[in-house]
Amino acid sequence: MSSPSPEQESNLAVEAVGVFEDVGETATKIVRRTLVRVFEYLGELVNLLWQALRSLRQGIHLGDLMRLFGSVGTESLPIVLLTVGFSGAVLALYTVGSLNNLGIGNLLGGIVALSIFRETGPLITAVTLVARVGSGITAEIGAMKTTEQIDALRAMGISPITYLVVPRLLACLVMAPAVTLFGDFAGILGGGMIAVNQGQTSRLFIDSIRQSLDPGGSDIREGLLKALVFGGIIALIACREGLESKGGAAGVGRSTNRAVVFAIILVFAADFVLTWLFKAKAVVG
Amino acid sequence: MSVEPPRISLQDLHFTVDGRAILQGITLEVAPGEVLCVMGLSGAGKSTILRCIAGLVPATQGQIRIDGTDIVGLKERDLLPIRAKMGVVFQYAALFDSMNVYENIAFGLLRGPRRAEFCKRPKAEIARLVAEHLEVVGLPGIERRMPSELSGGMRRRVGLARALATEPEIVLYDEPTSGLDPVTAAAIDDLILETRAAKGVTSIVVSHDMSSIFRIADRVLMLYDGKAQIYGTPAEVRASPDPVVQQFIRGETQGPIQARRQ
Repeated sequence: MSSPSPEQESNLAVEAVGVFEDVGETATKIVRRTLVRVFEYLGELVNLLWQALRSLRQGIHLGDLMRLFGSVGTESLPIVLLTVGFSGAVLALYTVGSLNNLGIGNLLGGIVALSIFRETGPLITAVTLVARVGSGITAEIGAMKTTEQIDALRAMGISPITYLVVPRLLACLVMAPAVTLFGDFAGILGGGMIAVNQGQTSRLFIDSIRQSLDPGGSDIREGLLKALVFGGIIALIACREGLESKGGAAGVGRSTNRAVVFAIILVFAADFVLTWLFKAKAVVG
Repeated sequence: MSVEPPRISLQDLHFTVDGRAILQGITLEVAPGEVLCVMGLSGAGKSTILRCIAGLVPATQGQIRIDGTDIVGLKERDLLPIRAKMGVVFQYAALFDSMNVYENIAFGLLRGPRRAEFCKRPKAEIARLVAEHLEVVGLPGIERRMPSELSGGMRRRVGLARALATEPEIVLYDEPTSGLDPVTAAAIDDLILETRAAKGVTSIVVSHDMSSIFRIADRVLMLYDGKAQIYGTPAEVRASPDPVVQQFIRGETQGPIQARRQ
Protein backbone atom coordinates (compact mmCIF):
# COMPACT_ATOMS: atom_id res chain seq x y z
CA MET A 1 0.00 0.00 0.00
CA SER A 2 1.40 3.37 -1.04
CA SER A 3 1.84 6.12 1.57
CA PRO A 4 -0.46 9.16 1.26
CA SER A 5 0.78 12.09 -0.76
CA PRO A 6 1.48 15.41 1.07
CA GLU A 7 -1.74 16.80 -0.45
CA GLN A 8 -3.80 13.89 0.95
CA GLU A 9 -2.14 14.32 4.35
CA SER A 10 -3.00 18.00 4.34
CA ASN A 11 -6.66 17.19 3.47
CA LEU A 12 -6.82 14.65 6.32
CA ALA A 13 -5.46 17.22 8.75
CA VAL A 14 -8.07 19.76 7.62
CA GLU A 15 -10.85 17.16 8.07
CA ALA A 16 -9.54 16.25 11.55
CA VAL A 17 -9.51 19.91 12.56
CA GLY A 18 -13.09 20.22 11.23
CA VAL A 19 -14.26 17.26 13.34
CA PHE A 20 -12.65 18.72 16.47
CA GLU A 21 -14.23 22.10 15.75
CA ASP A 22 -17.67 20.47 15.35
CA VAL A 23 -17.27 18.52 18.61
CA GLY A 24 -16.10 21.67 20.39
CA GLU A 25 -19.00 23.75 19.04
CA THR A 26 -21.56 21.11 19.98
CA ALA A 27 -20.10 20.73 23.48
CA THR A 28 -20.09 24.52 23.96
CA LYS A 29 -23.73 24.70 22.82
CA ILE A 30 -24.76 21.93 25.23
CA VAL A 31 -22.94 23.54 28.16
CA ARG A 32 -24.37 26.97 27.31
CA ARG A 33 -27.91 25.60 26.95
CA THR A 34 -27.60 23.69 30.23
CA LEU A 35 -26.30 26.75 32.07
CA VAL A 36 -29.07 28.93 30.63
CA ARG A 37 -31.67 26.31 31.68
CA VAL A 38 -30.19 26.11 35.19
CA PHE A 39 -30.35 29.90 35.61
CA GLU A 40 -33.88 29.99 34.14
CA TYR A 41 -34.96 27.33 36.63
CA LEU A 42 -33.40 29.19 39.57
CA GLY A 43 -35.12 32.35 38.30
CA GLU A 44 -38.47 30.53 38.27
CA LEU A 45 -37.92 29.41 41.88
CA VAL A 46 -37.03 32.95 42.97
CA ASN A 47 -40.14 34.23 41.16
CA LEU A 48 -42.30 31.64 42.94
CA LEU A 49 -40.77 32.67 46.28
CA TRP A 50 -41.50 36.32 45.49
CA GLN A 51 -45.11 35.56 44.59
CA ALA A 52 -45.50 33.53 47.78
CA LEU A 53 -44.08 36.39 49.88
CA ARG A 54 -46.47 38.84 48.20
CA SER A 55 -49.37 36.46 48.86
CA LEU A 56 -48.62 36.53 52.60
CA ARG A 57 -50.48 39.87 52.68
CA GLN A 58 -53.70 38.00 51.97
CA GLY A 59 -53.33 36.12 55.25
CA ILE A 60 -52.74 32.49 56.11
CA HIS A 61 -55.37 29.90 56.91
CA LEU A 62 -54.26 28.55 60.28
CA GLY A 63 -56.15 25.27 59.88
CA ASP A 64 -54.25 24.47 56.66
CA LEU A 65 -50.95 25.48 58.23
CA MET A 66 -51.45 23.30 61.33
CA ARG A 67 -52.40 20.31 59.17
CA LEU A 68 -49.23 20.81 57.12
CA PHE A 69 -47.06 21.26 60.22
CA GLY A 70 -48.31 17.80 61.16
CA SER A 71 -47.69 16.15 57.80
CA VAL A 72 -44.33 17.87 57.13
CA GLY A 73 -43.00 17.81 60.68
CA THR A 74 -44.60 15.40 63.12
CA GLU A 75 -45.17 12.63 60.59
CA SER A 76 -41.60 12.93 59.26
CA LEU A 77 -40.08 12.75 62.73
CA PRO A 78 -39.84 8.93 63.12
CA ILE A 79 -38.03 8.41 59.81
CA VAL A 80 -35.71 11.40 60.47
CA LEU A 81 -34.86 10.07 63.94
CA LEU A 82 -34.06 6.67 62.41
CA THR A 83 -31.99 7.91 59.47
CA VAL A 84 -29.95 10.51 61.39
CA GLY A 85 -29.69 8.18 64.41
CA PHE A 86 -28.19 5.43 62.27
CA SER A 87 -25.90 7.95 60.53
CA GLY A 88 -24.53 9.04 63.92
CA ALA A 89 -23.98 5.42 64.88
CA VAL A 90 -22.20 4.64 61.59
CA LEU A 91 -20.03 7.74 61.95
CA ALA A 92 -18.98 6.63 65.42
CA LEU A 93 -18.33 3.09 64.20
CA TYR A 94 -16.04 4.34 61.44
CA THR A 95 -14.03 6.73 63.61
CA VAL A 96 -13.83 5.04 67.01
CA GLY A 97 -11.21 2.46 65.97
CA SER A 98 -8.87 4.96 64.29
CA LEU A 99 -9.17 7.46 67.15
CA ASN A 100 -8.44 4.78 69.75
CA ASN A 101 -5.39 3.63 67.73
CA LEU A 102 -4.11 7.21 67.67
CA GLY A 103 -4.77 7.53 71.42
CA ILE A 104 -7.35 10.28 70.97
CA GLY A 105 -10.49 8.23 71.56
CA ASN A 106 -11.65 10.95 73.95
CA LEU A 107 -12.38 13.19 70.87
CA LEU A 108 -15.08 10.84 69.53
CA GLY A 109 -18.04 12.71 71.03
CA GLY A 110 -16.86 16.04 69.65
CA ILE A 111 -16.24 14.67 66.17
CA VAL A 112 -19.64 12.99 66.04
CA ALA A 113 -21.42 16.09 67.40
CA LEU A 114 -19.70 18.56 65.07
CA SER A 115 -20.34 16.35 62.06
CA ILE A 116 -23.98 15.79 63.00
CA PHE A 117 -24.85 19.38 63.91
CA ARG A 118 -23.04 21.05 61.02
CA GLU A 119 -23.46 18.59 58.19
CA THR A 120 -24.93 15.14 58.55
CA GLY A 121 -28.02 16.12 60.53
CA PRO A 122 -29.31 18.86 58.22
CA LEU A 123 -28.32 16.97 55.05
CA ILE A 124 -29.76 13.57 55.95
CA THR A 125 -32.93 15.26 57.25
CA ALA A 126 -33.25 17.25 54.02
CA VAL A 127 -32.84 14.14 51.85
CA THR A 128 -35.45 12.37 53.98
CA LEU A 129 -37.82 15.35 53.64
CA VAL A 130 -37.26 15.46 49.86
CA ALA A 131 -38.27 11.81 49.62
CA ARG A 132 -41.19 11.97 52.05
CA VAL A 133 -42.53 15.53 51.86
CA GLY A 134 -41.28 16.95 48.55
CA SER A 135 -42.48 14.02 46.47
CA GLY A 136 -45.83 14.10 48.30
CA ILE A 137 -46.33 17.82 47.63
CA THR A 138 -45.52 17.43 43.91
CA ALA A 139 -47.77 14.41 43.52
CA GLU A 140 -50.67 16.13 45.32
CA ILE A 141 -50.43 19.44 43.44
CA GLY A 142 -49.67 17.63 40.16
CA ALA A 143 -52.78 15.46 40.52
CA MET A 144 -54.81 18.60 41.25
CA LYS A 145 -53.36 20.24 38.14
CA THR A 146 -54.13 17.35 35.80
CA THR A 147 -57.71 16.98 37.11
CA GLU A 148 -58.48 20.71 36.63
CA GLN A 149 -58.67 21.31 40.40
CA ILE A 150 -56.10 24.11 40.09
CA ASP A 151 -58.23 25.69 37.35
CA ALA A 152 -61.27 25.29 39.59
CA LEU A 153 -59.42 27.18 42.35
CA ARG A 154 -58.50 29.99 39.94
CA ALA A 155 -62.03 30.12 38.54
CA MET A 156 -63.31 30.54 42.12
CA GLY A 157 -60.99 33.53 42.54
CA ILE A 158 -58.63 31.66 44.86
CA SER A 159 -54.93 31.95 44.08
CA PRO A 160 -53.13 28.56 43.96
CA ILE A 161 -50.07 30.39 45.30
CA THR A 162 -51.97 31.59 48.38
CA TYR A 163 -53.87 28.35 48.94
CA LEU A 164 -51.24 25.75 48.03
CA VAL A 165 -47.72 27.21 47.89
CA VAL A 166 -47.66 29.59 50.88
CA PRO A 167 -48.72 27.10 53.60
CA ARG A 168 -46.41 24.39 52.22
CA LEU A 169 -43.49 26.81 52.04
CA LEU A 170 -44.10 28.03 55.60
CA ALA A 171 -44.53 24.47 56.90
CA CYS A 172 -41.22 23.40 55.33
CA LEU A 173 -39.41 26.55 56.54
CA VAL A 174 -40.56 26.00 60.12
CA MET A 175 -40.54 22.23 60.35
CA ALA A 176 -37.26 21.45 58.49
CA PRO A 177 -35.10 23.11 61.23
CA ALA A 178 -37.34 21.73 64.00
CA VAL A 179 -37.13 18.17 62.70
CA THR A 180 -33.40 18.60 62.04
CA LEU A 181 -32.84 19.54 65.69
CA PHE A 182 -34.56 16.36 66.86
CA GLY A 183 -32.59 14.40 64.25
CA ASP A 184 -29.33 15.93 65.53
CA PHE A 185 -29.99 14.61 69.02
CA ALA A 186 -30.91 11.19 67.62
CA GLY A 187 -27.60 11.16 65.69
CA ILE A 188 -25.62 12.01 68.81
CA LEU A 189 -27.54 9.37 70.74
CA GLY A 190 -26.69 6.82 68.01
CA GLY A 191 -23.01 7.82 68.17
CA GLY A 192 -23.09 7.71 71.97
CA MET A 193 -24.52 4.19 72.01
CA ILE A 194 -21.68 3.00 69.78
CA ALA A 195 -19.14 4.82 71.97
CA VAL A 196 -20.45 3.10 75.09
CA ASN A 197 -20.60 -0.19 73.23
CA GLN A 198 -16.90 0.27 72.31
CA GLY A 199 -15.89 0.80 75.92
CA GLN A 200 -16.13 4.57 76.40
CA THR A 201 -18.05 5.99 79.32
CA SER A 202 -21.04 8.19 78.54
CA ARG A 203 -19.41 10.92 80.68
CA LEU A 204 -16.31 10.92 78.43
CA PHE A 205 -18.50 11.12 75.30
CA ILE A 206 -20.59 14.01 76.66
CA ASP A 207 -17.52 15.92 77.93
CA SER A 208 -15.95 15.60 74.48
CA ILE A 209 -19.11 17.09 72.92
CA ARG A 210 -19.09 19.99 75.41
CA GLN A 211 -15.45 20.80 74.73
CA SER A 212 -15.79 20.63 70.94
CA LEU A 213 -18.97 22.56 70.31
CA ASP A 214 -18.87 26.35 70.18
CA PRO A 215 -20.24 27.58 73.54
CA GLY A 216 -22.03 30.38 71.63
CA GLY A 217 -24.05 27.74 69.76
CA SER A 218 -22.79 28.71 66.31
CA ASP A 219 -22.39 25.05 65.24
CA ILE A 220 -26.02 24.29 66.00
CA ARG A 221 -27.15 27.63 64.55
CA GLU A 222 -25.33 27.12 61.26
CA GLY A 223 -26.80 23.63 60.92
CA LEU A 224 -30.30 24.94 61.54
CA LEU A 225 -29.77 27.77 59.05
CA LYS A 226 -28.83 25.13 56.49
CA ALA A 227 -32.01 23.22 57.36
CA LEU A 228 -34.06 26.40 56.87
CA VAL A 229 -32.61 26.93 53.38
CA PHE A 230 -33.09 23.23 52.53
CA GLY A 231 -36.72 23.42 53.67
CA GLY A 232 -37.33 26.40 51.37
CA ILE A 233 -35.67 24.64 48.43
CA ILE A 234 -37.71 21.47 48.94
CA ALA A 235 -41.03 23.33 49.16
CA LEU A 236 -40.37 25.64 46.19
CA ILE A 237 -39.18 22.88 43.85
CA ALA A 238 -41.97 20.51 44.90
CA CYS A 239 -44.67 23.18 44.39
CA ARG A 240 -43.17 24.39 41.11
CA GLU A 241 -43.01 20.90 39.64
CA GLY A 242 -46.55 20.14 40.82
CA LEU A 243 -47.96 23.33 39.29
CA GLU A 244 -46.19 22.62 35.99
CA SER A 245 -47.41 19.00 35.77
CA LYS A 246 -49.15 17.96 32.60
CA GLY A 247 -50.06 14.76 30.83
CA GLY A 248 -52.16 12.74 33.28
CA ALA A 249 -50.85 10.15 35.72
CA ALA A 250 -47.63 9.61 33.75
CA GLY A 251 -47.01 13.37 33.79
CA VAL A 252 -47.47 13.51 37.57
CA GLY A 253 -44.97 10.65 37.88
CA ARG A 254 -42.45 12.52 35.73
CA SER A 255 -42.94 15.72 37.75
CA THR A 256 -42.46 13.89 41.02
CA ASN A 257 -39.30 12.29 39.69
CA ARG A 258 -37.95 15.68 38.55
CA ALA A 259 -38.85 17.29 41.87
CA VAL A 260 -36.91 14.68 43.84
CA VAL A 261 -33.87 14.81 41.55
CA PHE A 262 -33.75 18.62 41.32
CA ALA A 263 -34.34 19.09 45.06
CA ILE A 264 -31.54 16.69 45.98
CA ILE A 265 -29.13 18.37 43.55
CA LEU A 266 -30.02 21.86 44.78
CA VAL A 267 -29.88 20.83 48.46
CA PHE A 268 -26.35 19.47 48.00
CA ALA A 269 -25.30 22.54 45.98
CA ALA A 270 -26.73 24.86 48.64
CA ASP A 271 -24.99 22.81 51.33
CA PHE A 272 -21.67 23.36 49.56
CA VAL A 273 -22.26 27.12 49.17
CA LEU A 274 -23.41 27.56 52.79
CA THR A 275 -20.51 25.52 54.16
CA TRP A 276 -18.14 27.63 52.06
CA LEU A 277 -19.67 30.83 53.44
CA PHE A 278 -19.59 29.63 57.06
CA LYS A 279 -15.99 28.47 56.63
CA ALA A 280 -14.99 31.81 55.08
CA LYS A 281 -16.64 33.59 58.01
CA ALA A 282 -14.82 31.34 60.50
CA VAL A 283 -11.45 32.03 58.83
CA VAL A 284 -12.08 35.78 58.71
CA GLY A 285 -13.36 35.73 62.29
CA MET B 1 -84.83 53.47 23.44
CA SER B 2 -81.84 52.42 25.53
CA VAL B 3 -80.08 49.20 24.61
CA GLU B 4 -78.67 47.20 27.50
CA PRO B 5 -74.90 46.78 27.12
CA PRO B 6 -73.74 43.18 26.67
CA ARG B 7 -72.57 41.31 29.75
CA ILE B 8 -69.97 39.39 27.74
CA SER B 9 -68.57 40.38 24.38
CA LEU B 10 -65.85 38.72 22.33
CA GLN B 11 -64.20 40.69 19.56
CA ASP B 12 -62.05 38.86 16.99
CA LEU B 13 -60.90 36.32 19.57
CA HIS B 14 -57.95 34.15 18.56
CA PHE B 15 -56.32 31.40 20.58
CA THR B 16 -53.24 29.55 19.38
CA VAL B 17 -51.33 26.83 21.17
CA ASP B 18 -48.04 25.33 19.94
CA GLY B 19 -48.58 27.02 16.58
CA ARG B 20 -52.04 25.41 16.21
CA ALA B 21 -54.95 27.85 15.80
CA ILE B 22 -57.77 26.66 18.10
CA LEU B 23 -59.96 29.77 17.83
CA GLN B 24 -59.84 32.06 14.80
CA GLY B 25 -61.61 35.38 15.03
CA ILE B 26 -64.67 34.66 17.18
CA THR B 27 -66.95 37.65 17.68
CA LEU B 28 -70.15 37.51 19.73
CA GLU B 29 -72.16 39.25 22.41
CA VAL B 30 -74.12 37.81 25.30
CA ALA B 31 -76.78 40.07 26.83
CA PRO B 32 -77.57 40.00 30.57
CA GLY B 33 -79.75 36.99 31.39
CA GLU B 34 -79.14 35.39 28.00
CA VAL B 35 -78.32 31.70 27.54
CA LEU B 36 -75.74 31.13 24.79
CA CYS B 37 -75.12 27.54 23.77
CA VAL B 38 -71.85 26.66 22.05
CA MET B 39 -71.86 23.51 19.95
CA GLY B 40 -69.41 21.91 17.58
CA LEU B 41 -67.36 18.82 16.91
CA SER B 42 -65.01 17.45 19.55
CA GLY B 43 -61.82 19.51 19.48
CA ALA B 44 -63.53 22.45 17.76
CA GLY B 45 -62.50 24.83 20.57
CA LYS B 46 -65.74 24.89 22.59
CA SER B 47 -64.12 24.40 26.01
CA THR B 48 -61.31 26.76 25.00
CA ILE B 49 -63.81 29.62 24.57
CA LEU B 50 -65.04 29.04 28.14
CA ARG B 51 -61.47 28.88 29.46
CA CYS B 52 -60.61 32.15 27.67
CA ILE B 53 -63.71 33.89 29.11
CA ALA B 54 -62.87 32.62 32.61
CA GLY B 55 -59.32 33.93 32.14
CA LEU B 56 -57.86 30.45 32.68
CA VAL B 57 -55.92 30.63 29.42
CA PRO B 58 -54.70 33.85 27.80
CA ALA B 59 -56.24 34.77 24.45
CA THR B 60 -53.63 35.21 21.73
CA GLN B 61 -55.42 38.12 20.09
CA GLY B 62 -58.69 40.04 20.34
CA GLN B 63 -60.84 41.31 23.19
CA ILE B 64 -62.95 39.63 25.86
CA ARG B 65 -65.09 42.18 27.64
CA ILE B 66 -66.94 41.22 30.82
CA ASP B 67 -69.27 44.04 31.87
CA GLY B 68 -67.15 46.38 29.74
CA THR B 69 -63.74 45.34 31.18
CA ASP B 70 -61.32 43.80 28.70
CA ILE B 71 -59.76 40.85 30.54
CA VAL B 72 -57.18 39.94 27.88
CA GLY B 73 -53.72 40.46 29.34
CA LEU B 74 -55.00 41.09 32.89
CA LYS B 75 -52.88 39.72 35.71
CA GLU B 76 -54.26 36.97 37.93
CA ARG B 77 -54.97 39.36 40.82
CA ASP B 78 -56.74 41.84 38.51
CA LEU B 79 -59.02 39.02 37.35
CA LEU B 80 -60.28 38.50 40.93
CA PRO B 81 -63.19 40.98 40.76
CA ILE B 82 -64.26 39.47 37.43
CA ARG B 83 -64.10 35.93 38.78
CA ALA B 84 -66.04 36.99 41.88
CA LYS B 85 -69.13 37.30 39.70
CA MET B 86 -68.48 34.13 37.72
CA GLY B 87 -69.09 30.43 38.31
CA VAL B 88 -67.55 27.67 36.20
CA VAL B 89 -68.95 24.14 35.93
CA PHE B 90 -66.11 21.94 34.68
CA GLN B 91 -66.59 19.05 32.30
CA TYR B 92 -65.36 16.48 34.82
CA ALA B 93 -66.58 18.48 37.85
CA ALA B 94 -63.01 19.17 39.12
CA LEU B 95 -64.11 18.57 42.71
CA PHE B 96 -61.37 18.90 45.34
CA ASP B 97 -60.81 15.24 46.09
CA SER B 98 -59.30 15.81 49.53
CA MET B 99 -62.54 17.48 50.70
CA ASN B 100 -66.01 16.09 51.24
CA VAL B 101 -69.05 17.42 49.39
CA TYR B 102 -69.87 19.97 52.12
CA GLU B 103 -66.32 21.35 52.13
CA ASN B 104 -66.26 21.49 48.33
CA ILE B 105 -69.37 23.65 48.19
CA ALA B 106 -68.54 25.77 51.25
CA PHE B 107 -64.97 26.31 50.00
CA GLY B 108 -65.87 28.98 47.45
CA LEU B 109 -67.97 30.79 50.06
CA LEU B 110 -65.40 30.77 52.87
CA ARG B 111 -62.21 31.17 50.82
CA GLY B 112 -63.34 32.97 47.66
CA PRO B 113 -63.35 36.70 46.91
CA ARG B 114 -66.53 37.17 49.01
CA ARG B 115 -65.10 35.35 52.07
CA ALA B 116 -65.29 38.46 54.27
CA GLU B 117 -69.07 38.46 53.79
CA PHE B 118 -69.62 34.70 54.26
CA CYS B 119 -67.13 34.15 57.11
CA LYS B 120 -69.19 36.52 59.28
CA ARG B 121 -72.24 34.32 58.92
CA PRO B 122 -72.86 31.54 61.45
CA LYS B 123 -71.81 28.01 60.51
CA ALA B 124 -75.43 26.89 60.53
CA GLU B 125 -76.25 29.37 57.78
CA ILE B 126 -73.39 28.13 55.61
CA ALA B 127 -74.61 24.57 56.22
CA ARG B 128 -78.13 25.65 55.21
CA LEU B 129 -76.80 27.25 52.00
CA VAL B 130 -74.87 24.07 51.13
CA ALA B 131 -77.91 21.88 51.87
CA GLU B 132 -80.14 24.15 49.77
CA HIS B 133 -77.85 23.95 46.74
CA LEU B 134 -77.53 20.18 47.06
CA GLU B 135 -81.33 20.00 47.17
CA VAL B 136 -81.52 22.15 44.02
CA VAL B 137 -79.30 19.72 42.08
CA GLY B 138 -81.26 16.76 43.42
CA LEU B 139 -78.66 15.40 45.83
CA PRO B 140 -79.92 16.16 49.34
CA GLY B 141 -78.06 14.81 52.37
CA ILE B 142 -74.76 13.83 50.74
CA GLU B 143 -72.68 16.50 52.51
CA ARG B 144 -70.35 14.04 54.28
CA ARG B 145 -69.57 11.90 51.24
CA MET B 146 -66.21 12.14 49.52
CA PRO B 147 -66.03 12.78 45.75
CA SER B 148 -64.52 9.32 45.24
CA GLU B 149 -67.77 7.82 46.60
CA LEU B 150 -69.91 9.57 43.97
CA SER B 151 -70.84 8.52 40.44
CA GLY B 152 -69.80 10.69 37.48
CA GLY B 153 -73.26 12.25 37.22
CA MET B 154 -73.39 13.01 40.95
CA ARG B 155 -69.94 14.59 40.84
CA ARG B 156 -71.05 16.81 37.98
CA ARG B 157 -74.13 17.91 39.91
CA VAL B 158 -72.04 18.66 43.01
CA GLY B 159 -69.78 20.72 40.72
CA LEU B 160 -72.89 22.57 39.58
CA ALA B 161 -73.99 23.17 43.19
CA ARG B 162 -70.49 24.47 44.00
CA ALA B 163 -70.57 26.90 41.07
CA LEU B 164 -74.06 28.18 41.95
CA ALA B 165 -73.44 28.46 45.72
CA THR B 166 -71.56 31.75 45.41
CA GLU B 167 -74.56 33.20 43.54
CA PRO B 168 -72.63 34.19 40.42
CA GLU B 169 -74.02 36.60 37.84
CA ILE B 170 -72.39 34.64 35.00
CA VAL B 171 -72.14 30.84 34.85
CA LEU B 172 -70.00 28.98 32.32
CA TYR B 173 -71.06 25.34 31.85
CA ASP B 174 -68.73 22.87 30.14
CA GLU B 175 -70.93 20.00 28.95
CA PRO B 176 -73.13 19.94 32.07
CA THR B 177 -75.44 17.17 30.84
CA SER B 178 -73.16 14.82 28.91
CA GLY B 179 -73.23 11.33 30.36
CA LEU B 180 -76.34 12.02 32.44
CA ASP B 181 -79.61 10.12 32.06
CA PRO B 182 -82.29 12.05 30.08
CA VAL B 183 -84.36 12.88 33.17
CA THR B 184 -81.40 14.29 35.12
CA ALA B 185 -80.18 16.11 32.00
CA ALA B 186 -83.61 17.74 31.60
CA ALA B 187 -83.54 18.70 35.30
CA ILE B 188 -80.17 20.43 34.77
CA ASP B 189 -81.62 22.28 31.76
CA ASP B 190 -84.54 23.43 33.92
CA LEU B 191 -82.07 24.55 36.58
CA ILE B 192 -80.18 26.70 34.06
CA LEU B 193 -83.45 28.34 33.03
CA GLU B 194 -84.59 28.73 36.65
CA THR B 195 -81.37 30.52 37.67
CA ARG B 196 -81.89 32.86 34.75
CA ALA B 197 -85.53 33.47 35.68
CA ALA B 198 -84.88 33.89 39.41
CA LYS B 199 -81.61 35.82 39.43
CA GLY B 200 -81.05 36.97 35.85
CA VAL B 201 -77.96 34.79 35.55
CA THR B 202 -76.17 34.95 32.19
CA SER B 203 -75.06 31.53 30.99
CA ILE B 204 -72.77 30.11 28.36
CA VAL B 205 -73.32 26.39 27.92
CA VAL B 206 -71.02 24.14 25.91
CA SER B 207 -72.98 21.09 24.85
CA HIS B 208 -73.32 18.30 22.31
CA ASP B 209 -76.90 17.60 23.33
CA MET B 210 -79.09 19.00 20.52
CA SER B 211 -82.41 18.63 22.38
CA SER B 212 -80.93 20.41 25.40
CA ILE B 213 -79.46 23.20 23.24
CA PHE B 214 -82.74 23.89 21.44
CA ARG B 215 -84.64 23.78 24.76
CA ILE B 216 -82.56 26.32 26.67
CA ALA B 217 -80.65 28.51 24.18
CA ASP B 218 -81.48 32.11 23.36
CA ARG B 219 -78.62 32.06 20.90
CA VAL B 220 -76.46 29.31 19.46
CA LEU B 221 -72.86 29.45 18.27
CA MET B 222 -71.53 26.59 16.20
CA LEU B 223 -67.76 26.29 16.02
CA TYR B 224 -66.16 24.51 13.10
CA ASP B 225 -62.40 24.48 12.57
CA GLY B 226 -62.01 27.21 15.21
CA LYS B 227 -64.36 29.60 13.40
CA ALA B 228 -68.00 30.55 13.95
CA GLN B 229 -69.89 28.45 11.38
CA ILE B 230 -73.17 30.00 12.49
CA TYR B 231 -74.23 32.36 15.28
CA GLY B 232 -77.90 33.08 15.74
CA THR B 233 -81.16 32.12 17.41
CA PRO B 234 -82.16 28.44 17.58
CA ALA B 235 -84.75 29.09 14.86
CA GLU B 236 -82.11 30.64 12.60
CA VAL B 237 -79.78 27.70 13.20
CA ARG B 238 -82.53 25.18 12.43
CA ALA B 239 -83.44 27.02 9.24
CA SER B 240 -79.85 27.48 8.11
CA PRO B 241 -79.18 26.23 4.58
CA ASP B 242 -75.52 25.60 5.51
CA PRO B 243 -74.90 21.86 4.88
CA VAL B 244 -72.28 21.71 7.70
CA VAL B 245 -74.82 23.05 10.21
CA GLN B 246 -77.54 20.74 8.92
CA GLN B 247 -75.30 17.66 9.04
CA PHE B 248 -74.23 18.52 12.59
CA ILE B 249 -77.70 19.16 14.03
CA ARG B 250 -79.13 16.05 12.34
CA GLY B 251 -76.15 13.93 13.40
CA GLU B 252 -75.72 12.48 9.92
CA THR B 253 -72.63 10.50 9.00
CA GLN B 254 -72.59 11.60 5.35
CA GLY B 255 -71.97 15.20 4.41
CA PRO B 256 -69.39 17.97 4.21
CA ILE B 257 -68.02 17.29 7.73
CA GLN B 258 -67.24 13.70 6.84
CA ALA B 259 -65.79 14.77 3.45
CA ARG B 260 -63.55 17.33 5.18
CA ARG B 261 -62.30 14.75 7.66
CA GLN B 262 -61.42 12.34 4.86
